[in-house]
Amino acid sequence: MSSSFRPSRRDFLKVSTALGGGLALELTVPVRSLAAEAKAPELTAWIVVNPDNSVVIRVARSEMGQGSSTGLPMLVAEELECDWTKVRTEFVSTAEQVRRNRVWGSMATGGSRSIRDSQEYLRQAGAAARGMLIDAAAQRWKVPASECDAENGVITHTPSRRKLRFGQVAQGASKLEPPKEVKLKDPREWNLIGKPARRLDIPDKVRGKPLFGIDVQLPGMAYAAIAQCPVFRGRLVTVADERIKGLRGLIKVVRLEDAVAVVADNWWRANRMLKLLAIEWDVGANGGASTESIREFVRFGLEDSSVPVARNDGNVETGFAQAAKIVEAEYYVPFLNHAPTQNAESAHATAAAVAGVPLENVEVHLTQLGGGFGRRGFQDYTRQAVAIAKAVEGRPVKLLWSREEDMQHDYYRPMTLMRFKAALDSGGRLTAWRVRDASHSIMAGVRPQEIKEGIDRHALGGIVDMPYEVPNLRIEFAMRNSHVPVGFMRTVFHSQNPFMRESFVDELAHAAGKDPYEFRRAMLQGRPKDLGVLDAAAKSSGWGSPLPAGVHRGIAVQDSHGSYAAAVFEVSVSGAGELDIRRVVVAVDPGYVVNPDSAEAQVQSCVAYGLTSVLWGEITLKEGRVEQSNFHDYRIMRIAEMPRRIEAVLVPSGGFWGGLGETPLAPLAPALCNAIFAATGKRIRSLPLKNQGLRLA
Amino acid sequence: MIELTVNGKRHSVDVEAEMPLLWVLRDVLDVKGPKFGCGIAQCGACTVHLNGEPVRSCSVPVSAAADQKVLTIEGLAQRGQLHPVQKAWIDHEVPQCGYCQSGQIMAAVALLGKNRDPSDKDIDAAMTNICRCGTYARIRTAIHAAAKTLKSTKA
Repeated sequence: MSSSFRPSRRDFLKVSTALGGGLALELTVPVRSLAAEAKAPELTAWIVVNPDNSVVIRVARSEMGQGSSTGLPMLVAEELECDWTKVRTEFVSTAEQVRRNRVWGSMATGGSRSIRDSQEYLRQAGAAARGMLIDAAAQRWKVPASECDAENGVITHTPSRRKLRFGQVAQGASKLEPPKEVKLKDPREWNLIGKPARRLDIPDKVRGKPLFGIDVQLPGMAYAAIAQCPVFRGRLVTVADERIKGLRGLIKVVRLEDAVAVVADNWWRANRMLKLLAIEWDVGANGGASTESIREFVRFGLEDSSVPVARNDGNVETGFAQAAKIVEAEYYVPFLNHAPTQNAESAHATAAAVAGVPLENVEVHLTQLGGGFGRRGFQDYTRQAVAIAKAVEGRPVKLLWSREEDMQHDYYRPMTLMRFKAALDSGGRLTAWRVRDASHSIMAGVRPQEIKEGIDRHALGGIVDMPYEVPNLRIEFAMRNSHVPVGFMRTVFHSQNPFMRESFVDELAHAAGKDPYEFRRAMLQGRPKDLGVLDAAAKSSGWGSPLPAGVHRGIAVQDSHGSYAAAVFEVSVSGAGELDIRRVVVAVDPGYVVNPDSAEAQVQSCVAYGLTSVLWGEITLKEGRVEQSNFHDYRIMRIAEMPRRIEAVLVPSGGFWGGLGETPLAPLAPALCNAIFAATGKRIRSLPLKNQGLRLA
Repeated sequence: MIELTVNGKRHSVDVEAEMPLLWVLRDVLDVKGPKFGCGIAQCGACTVHLNGEPVRSCSVPVSAAADQKVLTIEGLAQRGQLHPVQKAWIDHEVPQCGYCQSGQIMAAVALLGKNRDPSDKDIDAAMTNICRCGTYARIRTAIHAAAKTLKSTKA
């Protein structure tokens, strides 16, 4: 069971911040030591074995629903050989992490990296602790450790059949040095990994326990509501607060560079008073920007004659000259909102910087995040919370954004346009392909050092590294950053670039007169993993078999986040544009699956998230500001709209560790749009579908 | 002073009549199960029962709950026993991030209170709460499972 965070008066916190869920921040001295408080000693930094044989396994990554707070301890327990039914988890402390020289490795959650980046050291930690426990038992028995074995929390001296429980030797084991080298189990020997396991965090979640950042309650807590400049990059000029002076519950009005916060004794009062303020903003140069003007600004990147080339295989011009057929198309995806923190160490550093205190004096408590989806790796709300708390001396402050603030101050999924030109030879083979990608760049904002000679390879994900064999391939990139902030949204560029690439590949297949599945197969002969999931999706869906009248299929394939996925959709579309999604098959190869039940849940989750974007997702701008404000005008899929038949086909092929929270989303949009083409003959080159005369039946 | 009963316990609160029930529960009474999601009755994360009816507490003024019975997720378990809907939620591993699930469970309990054997269509009509993680397939399965349990225990 996951330990919930309910700080006592003793653990007084200065600041907490929440956005739907959130992290809780603490600025205080001194911070209690995890190790000092533990009743039983540590076996490595990850494991505490109690005298009653129960085991605490520490979790350093955030839980935002993906199940990693169960999957990560499973990796440790697999090698530790403890009794899984007696495992509970606790999140690690960022202050301890600083003090102990980052003993828990990265605490970031994102890019589907929780399992794949930490699986090796977690399994090693489990194996090392098992070795220490066995050594301690062997010393007590005065026998060689090689004669002892551990299973299900019990150590057995095989020749004499004597037994000791882990809890009986943990004290002694903690005083031993961890072994320098450990041997990990062969995957064939795994007992836990790969079998469905109950998630440890679920029982608390169905009881309504206060697990989230928004639930943190402290003595004397004050509540902050915030209004940020509606036009990005704008500034606060003045705020007139006469109308709220003397109103019930007001504690303070805090002026920030680009925002105003009202702090009160209750969030509702704070938010109501915020709306009574007369705020004057300097919106800067972007007050006239609109979706259309930004789209034209990005589109210029398609025309610009001097853009850098990210990849140039063969010679596309020769390919075009020798073509039997030329196919050209332009694709578009809009800005999207995340609509829910993923990085506790980053929050820690931000808090220290804004508060002007040393790193050692900051604590970030990991709580359940609620949804993250990429939004909450950014630290804008951490900065605000700390700045507001500094202005309100002497009491803890909880900052909560309204949904309207979230909708209008996101780091949006980037608007992107792509233009394709391709050549087919007389045999219908793809011989040349030129891609011009005009896009916002996320890296330009977060890691500009990764942009080399004007090329953001991250923005070209799924394009510059496409799996297909194309003899002449030229990929050009035009970075077009407007004033709209962009950021990582679930599956990131692999949630949008595959829509454009795989839809166009479908266009090519049809132009070549070939089956879209066979057309892809022929170009994937050197890519066994991509081919594997494509075949698995085709086979599971019965690709090529007869369908009821009016039902049509579409297929697409895309690797991302270290894993491979392919999808097949079955749809029918009425003459009036009513779309019926009758079946979704998603095949995924993540190398190894830790918890198949969580893996299936992630596939279902990706379908809901991905289809919401494809069907309705669109953030538009007018006068420099976002037009949408809440769920009434930014539609999210509900239960009635969720496809009934979703089939997760897990085909782990072993030998590598890929992510699972994002990959299944990558092939969804193109597979759906390719099915719509099969049904209607209408090619979707611009999203969302609501703008293309289509709606759910 | 406004009097109301929350999970069987009477409270009297000194707040503005128009303060939404959600904020009285969360910030005044420290009942954190109902969640803030949108503030405009769209998402249902704040769903509680008012005299047995599901309501979106972010959009119900506390005055409307005066002298009435409010039930939140915290009050569902009886004598330490989880409600069959909560049990079904565990059996079918429904929650992912979990943020909306208090509201989902309260909506499902209300549905099963009125309709002991809901069809998929009934579920579609009653369950309008948003789940951004997309746990809908398992919510549906869990509601059908809880309906079976309720039938067998009451039969």
